[in-house]
Amino acid sequence: MARIAGVDLPKNKKVLYGLQYIYGIGPKIATVILQTAKVDPIKKVSDLTEEEIAEIRAIMTSDYKVEGALRSEIQQNIKRLMDIGSYRGIRHRKSLPARGQRTRTNSRTRKGKRKTVAGKKKAPTKK
Amino acid sequence: MPRSVKKGPFISLKLLKKINQLNDSNQKKIIKTWSRASTISPDFVGHTVAVHNGNKMIPVYITENMVGHKLGEFSPTRIFRGHPGTKAEKASKAK
Repeated sequence: MARIAGVDLPKNKKVLYGLQYIYGIGPKIATVILQTAKVDPIKKVSDLTEEEIAEIRAIMTSDYKVEGALRSEIQQNIKRLMDIGSYRGIRHRKSLPARGQRTRTNSRTRKGKRKTVAGKKKAPTKK
Repeated sequence: MPRSVKKGPFISLKLLKKINQLNDSNQKKIIKTWSRASTISPDFVGHTVAVHNGNKMIPVYITENMVGHKLGEFSPTRIFRGHPGTKAEKASKAK
Protein backbone atom coordinates (compact mmCIF):
# COMPACT_ATOMS: atom_id res chain seq x y z
CA MET A 1 0.00 0.00 0.00
CA ALA A 2 1.63 3.19 -1.16
CA ARG A 3 0.29 6.24 0.58
CA ILE A 4 1.65 9.56 -0.67
CA ALA A 5 0.38 13.02 0.29
CA GLY A 6 -2.62 11.52 2.03
CA VAL A 7 -3.82 9.65 -1.05
CA ASP A 8 -3.84 5.88 -1.51
CA LEU A 9 -2.37 5.12 -4.90
CA PRO A 10 -4.16 2.46 -6.95
CA LYS A 11 -2.19 -0.76 -6.55
CA ASN A 12 -2.45 -2.31 -9.97
CA LYS A 13 -1.54 0.74 -12.04
CA LYS A 14 1.83 1.80 -13.33
CA VAL A 15 3.56 4.38 -11.13
CA LEU A 16 3.48 7.04 -13.83
CA TYR A 17 -0.31 6.90 -13.89
CA GLY A 18 -0.83 6.08 -10.24
CA LEU A 19 0.90 9.29 -9.20
CA GLN A 20 -1.61 11.29 -11.20
CA TYR A 21 -4.33 10.34 -8.72
CA ILE A 22 -2.81 12.99 -6.47
CA TYR A 23 -4.36 16.44 -6.91
CA GLY A 24 -1.78 18.69 -8.53
CA ILE A 25 0.23 15.91 -10.21
CA GLY A 26 -0.31 15.48 -13.93
CA PRO A 27 1.57 13.62 -16.64
CA LYS A 28 4.35 16.18 -16.76
CA ILE A 29 5.16 16.44 -13.07
CA ALA A 30 4.75 12.67 -12.61
CA THR A 31 7.41 12.03 -15.27
CA VAL A 32 9.79 14.57 -13.75
CA ILE A 33 9.36 13.12 -10.26
CA LEU A 34 10.02 9.57 -11.44
CA GLN A 35 13.08 10.72 -13.37
CA THR A 36 14.62 12.48 -10.39
CA ALA A 37 13.74 9.57 -8.09
CA LYS A 38 15.18 7.15 -10.67
CA VAL A 39 12.11 4.94 -10.56
CA ASP A 40 11.02 3.04 -13.65
CA PRO A 41 7.68 4.57 -14.73
CA ILE A 42 6.51 1.21 -16.12
CA LYS A 43 6.71 -0.37 -12.67
CA LYS A 44 3.46 -1.19 -10.89
CA VAL A 45 2.61 0.76 -7.74
CA SER A 46 2.39 -2.49 -5.76
CA ASP A 47 5.97 -3.38 -6.76
CA LEU A 48 7.46 -0.18 -5.32
CA THR A 49 9.97 -0.65 -2.55
CA GLU A 50 9.76 1.35 0.67
CA GLU A 51 12.85 3.36 -0.30
CA GLU A 52 11.37 4.29 -3.64
CA ILE A 53 8.16 5.47 -2.00
CA ALA A 54 10.13 7.49 0.52
CA GLU A 55 12.17 9.03 -2.30
CA ILE A 56 9.05 10.03 -4.26
CA ARG A 57 7.49 11.41 -1.12
CA ALA A 58 10.59 13.48 -0.32
CA ILE A 59 10.73 15.00 -3.79
CA MET A 60 7.05 15.81 -3.72
CA THR A 61 7.06 17.54 -0.35
CA SER A 62 10.14 19.59 -1.18
CA ASP A 63 9.34 20.69 -4.73
CA TYR A 64 5.60 20.62 -5.32
CA LYS A 65 2.42 21.88 -3.78
CA VAL A 66 -0.21 19.15 -3.86
CA GLU A 67 -3.63 18.32 -2.43
CA GLY A 68 -4.77 20.58 0.43
CA ALA A 69 -1.97 23.10 0.17
CA LEU A 70 -2.59 23.59 -3.53
CA ARG A 71 -6.36 23.80 -3.09
CA SER A 72 -6.03 26.44 -0.39
CA GLU A 73 -3.60 28.43 -2.51
CA ILE A 74 -6.08 28.50 -5.37
CA GLN A 75 -8.85 29.54 -2.98
CA GLN A 76 -6.64 32.33 -1.65
CA ASN A 77 -5.94 33.63 -5.13
CA ILE A 78 -9.64 33.73 -5.89
CA LYS A 79 -10.36 35.39 -2.56
CA ARG A 80 -7.77 38.06 -3.31
CA LEU A 81 -9.51 38.84 -6.60
CA MET A 82 -12.83 39.12 -4.81
CA ASP A 83 -11.47 41.31 -2.02
CA ILE A 84 -9.93 43.91 -4.30
CA GLY A 85 -13.17 44.11 -6.24
CA SER A 86 -11.69 43.43 -9.64
CA TYR A 87 -13.80 42.34 -12.57
CA ARG A 88 -12.61 38.77 -12.29
CA GLY A 89 -13.42 38.79 -8.58
CA ILE A 90 -16.94 40.01 -9.25
CA ARG A 91 -17.43 37.24 -11.81
CA HIS A 92 -16.27 34.69 -9.25
CA ARG A 93 -18.68 36.12 -6.70
CA LYS A 94 -21.56 35.74 -9.12
CA SER A 95 -20.21 32.32 -10.17
CA LEU A 96 -20.11 33.28 -13.81
CA PRO A 97 -17.21 32.69 -16.23
CA ALA A 98 -14.32 35.04 -15.47
CA ARG A 99 -12.45 35.04 -18.75
CA GLY A 100 -14.84 36.76 -21.07
CA GLN A 101 -16.77 33.76 -22.35
CA ARG A 102 -20.29 34.18 -23.61
CA THR A 103 -23.10 33.61 -21.17
CA ARG A 104 -26.08 33.91 -23.46
CA THR A 105 -25.79 30.18 -24.01
CA ASN A 106 -23.53 27.54 -22.54
CA SER A 107 -21.24 28.19 -19.53
CA ARG A 108 -23.34 25.62 -17.67
CA THR A 109 -20.33 24.45 -15.66
CA ARG A 110 -20.22 27.79 -13.87
CA LYS A 111 -23.91 28.55 -13.80
CA GLY A 112 -25.08 25.12 -12.71
CA LYS A 113 -28.25 23.38 -13.83
CA ARG A 114 -30.70 25.33 -15.95
CA LYS A 115 -33.25 27.29 -13.98
CA THR A 116 -36.40 27.50 -16.04
CA VAL A 117 -37.99 30.90 -15.81
CA ALA A 118 -41.72 30.45 -15.29
CA GLY A 119 -44.03 32.40 -17.53
CA LYS A 120 -41.42 33.23 -20.09
CA LYS A 121 -43.48 33.85 -23.21
CA LYS A 122 -41.15 32.54 -25.86
CA ALA A 123 -38.55 30.02 -24.79
CA PRO A 124 -37.15 28.68 -28.05
CA THR A 125 -33.80 27.60 -26.62
CA LYS A 126 -35.21 26.13 -23.45
CA LYS A 127 -35.37 22.33 -23.27
CA MET B 1 -0.12 36.38 -25.12
CA PRO B 2 1.47 38.55 -22.44
CA ARG B 3 3.25 41.77 -23.14
CA SER B 4 6.97 41.64 -23.84
CA VAL B 5 8.96 41.98 -20.61
CA LYS B 6 11.46 44.17 -22.40
CA LYS B 7 8.93 46.97 -22.71
CA GLY B 8 7.83 46.86 -19.09
CA PRO B 9 4.25 47.39 -17.98
CA PHE B 10 2.11 49.88 -19.85
CA ILE B 11 1.19 53.00 -17.95
CA SER B 12 -0.17 56.07 -19.63
CA LEU B 13 2.64 58.65 -19.47
CA LYS B 14 0.31 61.49 -18.55
CA LEU B 15 -1.16 59.49 -15.71
CA LEU B 16 2.26 58.47 -14.43
CA LYS B 17 3.39 62.10 -14.52
CA LYS B 18 0.41 63.19 -12.44
CA ILE B 19 0.95 60.39 -9.92
CA ASN B 20 4.62 61.26 -9.59
CA GLN B 21 3.73 64.90 -9.05
CA LEU B 22 1.37 63.94 -6.23
CA ASN B 23 3.98 61.67 -4.72
CA ASP B 24 6.62 64.39 -4.86
CA SER B 25 4.41 67.00 -3.26
CA ASN B 26 2.93 64.46 -0.81
CA GLN B 27 -0.60 65.33 -1.82
CA LYS B 28 -3.69 63.16 -2.09
CA LYS B 29 -5.96 64.20 -4.89
CA ILE B 30 -8.41 62.30 -7.05
CA ILE B 31 -7.00 61.94 -10.55
CA LYS B 32 -9.45 61.51 -13.36
CA THR B 33 -8.36 59.16 -16.09
CA TRP B 34 -9.73 57.48 -19.16
CA SER B 35 -6.75 55.19 -19.43
CA ARG B 36 -8.32 51.91 -18.34
CA ALA B 37 -5.53 49.91 -19.94
CA SER B 38 -2.86 51.32 -17.62
CA THR B 39 -1.24 48.85 -15.26
CA ILE B 40 -1.29 49.78 -11.59
CA SER B 41 2.29 50.28 -10.44
CA PRO B 42 3.43 50.42 -6.80
CA ASP B 43 3.55 54.24 -7.02
CA PHE B 44 -0.25 54.29 -7.17
CA VAL B 45 -0.81 52.69 -3.77
CA GLY B 46 -2.81 54.92 -1.44
CA HIS B 47 -4.13 57.22 -4.14
CA THR B 48 -7.65 57.38 -5.44
CA VAL B 49 -8.04 57.30 -9.19
CA ALA B 50 -11.31 58.05 -10.90
CA VAL B 51 -11.50 55.61 -13.80
CA HIS B 52 -13.91 56.24 -16.64
CA ASN B 53 -16.27 53.39 -17.43
CA GLY B 54 -17.69 54.87 -20.62
CA ASN B 55 -20.40 56.69 -18.73
CA LYS B 56 -18.96 58.21 -15.58
CA MET B 57 -15.88 58.22 -13.40
CA ILE B 58 -15.68 55.45 -10.83
CA PRO B 59 -13.41 56.32 -7.89
CA VAL B 60 -10.99 53.49 -7.15
CA TYR B 61 -8.89 53.49 -4.02
CA ILE B 62 -5.67 51.66 -4.85
CA THR B 63 -4.43 49.12 -2.32
CA GLU B 64 -1.28 47.06 -2.39
CA ASN B 65 -3.10 43.95 -3.61
CA MET B 66 -4.16 45.71 -6.79
CA VAL B 67 -0.63 46.25 -8.08
CA GLY B 68 -0.17 44.52 -11.41
CA HIS B 69 -3.81 44.71 -12.40
CA LYS B 70 -5.21 47.18 -14.89
CA LEU B 71 -7.23 50.20 -13.86
CA GLY B 72 -10.17 49.13 -16.00
CA GLU B 73 -10.65 45.95 -13.96
CA PHE B 74 -12.00 48.03 -11.10
CA SER B 75 -14.46 50.11 -13.05
CA PRO B 76 -17.21 47.86 -14.42
CA THR B 77 -18.69 48.92 -17.74
CA ARG B 78 -21.93 46.99 -17.53
CA ILE B 79 -24.69 47.18 -14.99
CA PHE B 80 -26.81 44.09 -14.57
CA ARG B 81 -30.24 45.06 -13.37
CA GLY B 82 -31.86 41.63 -13.45
CA HIS B 83 -33.60 39.88 -16.28
CA PRO B 84 -36.57 41.53 -17.95
CA GLY B 85 -39.87 40.41 -16.51
CA THR B 86 -38.43 38.82 -13.39
CA LYS B 87 -39.71 41.60 -11.18
CA ALA B 88 -43.05 41.99 -12.93
CA GLU B 89 -43.52 38.24 -12.62
CA LYS B 90 -43.28 38.34 -8.87
CA ALA B 91 -45.62 41.32 -8.65
CA SER B 92 -48.29 39.66 -10.81
CA LYS B 93 -48.09 36.45 -8.81
CA ALA B 94 -48.63 38.34 -5.57
CA LYS B 95 -51.88 39.82 -6.90
